[in-house]
Amino acid sequence: MSVHDSLFWFFSLAMLLCGVLVIANRNPVASALSLVLLFCFMAGLFILLEAFFLAAIQILVYAGAVMVLFLFVIMMLDIKASERRKFRAFGIAGGVIVAGAFVWELVLILRQLGKPLATGEVDFQGKLEAVVKPLFMNYMLPFQVTALLLLVATVGVVLLSKKETK
Amino acid sequence: MSDSIGLNHYLMVSGLLFALGIAGVVLRRNALVIFMALEMNLNAATLALVAFSKYNKLVEGQVLVFFVIAIAAAEVAVGLAIIVALYRRKQTISVDQLNSMRL
Repeated sequence: MSVHDSLFWFFSLAMLLCGVLVIANRNPVASALSLVLLFCFMAGLFILLEAFFLAAIQILVYAGAVMVLFLFVIMMLDIKASERRKFRAFGIAGGVIVAGAFVWELVLILRQLGKPLATGEVDFQGKLEAVVKPLFMNYMLPFQVTALLLLVATVGVVLLSKKETK
Repeated sequence: MSDSIGLNHYLMVSGLLFALGIAGVVLRRNALVIFMALEMNLNAATLALVAFSKYNKLVEGQVLVFFVIAIAAAEVAVGLAIIVALYRRKQTISVDQLNSMRL
């Protein structure tokens, strides 16, 4: 078993464990911290896939900015850990059935999937230039529209979180 | 598992993470945790895109992931603002108690 393989198993199993912890923890702060770990392991998988730029972005934007925002909101709302609820057989059965059906379908599809075709010629090897060049040449318009969307989102957030004056 | 890691392994991990996200959305009652589970779903899709990008040798997958991350950041900001506004009005973020259409 090569280093790549063992790293893959380590990162993916740790990531799935963190995913279970996110939805199993009763305290939202613990859920958020498990999610931070999950994002870090995901960045590890990105590095294995030679997407170094995206791994850095993943750590900076997700584990850094987004999760800090989550933790701030949890702190601001002062949420208590949800108390033990009544046993909701219907909800749990629904969740397990939906997720299980999805996994079953996935296994069926993956079993008949052959080798990838490798249609492209770009052997980008995670070079930053190879990833960023199409961003600024072929995909310039979507890039600019994304910037506009971020502006709109900022304005929307300010509007939403403004105290209402009566 | 003697064969080397390939595209299918990554797709399987991505699918399992997506299923976990779906289960979280259906099972949990806390709006914030539901939102976190949605982030997990987005990340699962991202992993599938990067894996396809590597094994098909097409760089477009990574470009798309870049956009997904940018949009997700905007989406988180707006979603959390909505949750905060909801909490100000109703003093709860449990989706069990947020069951009326009018505010």
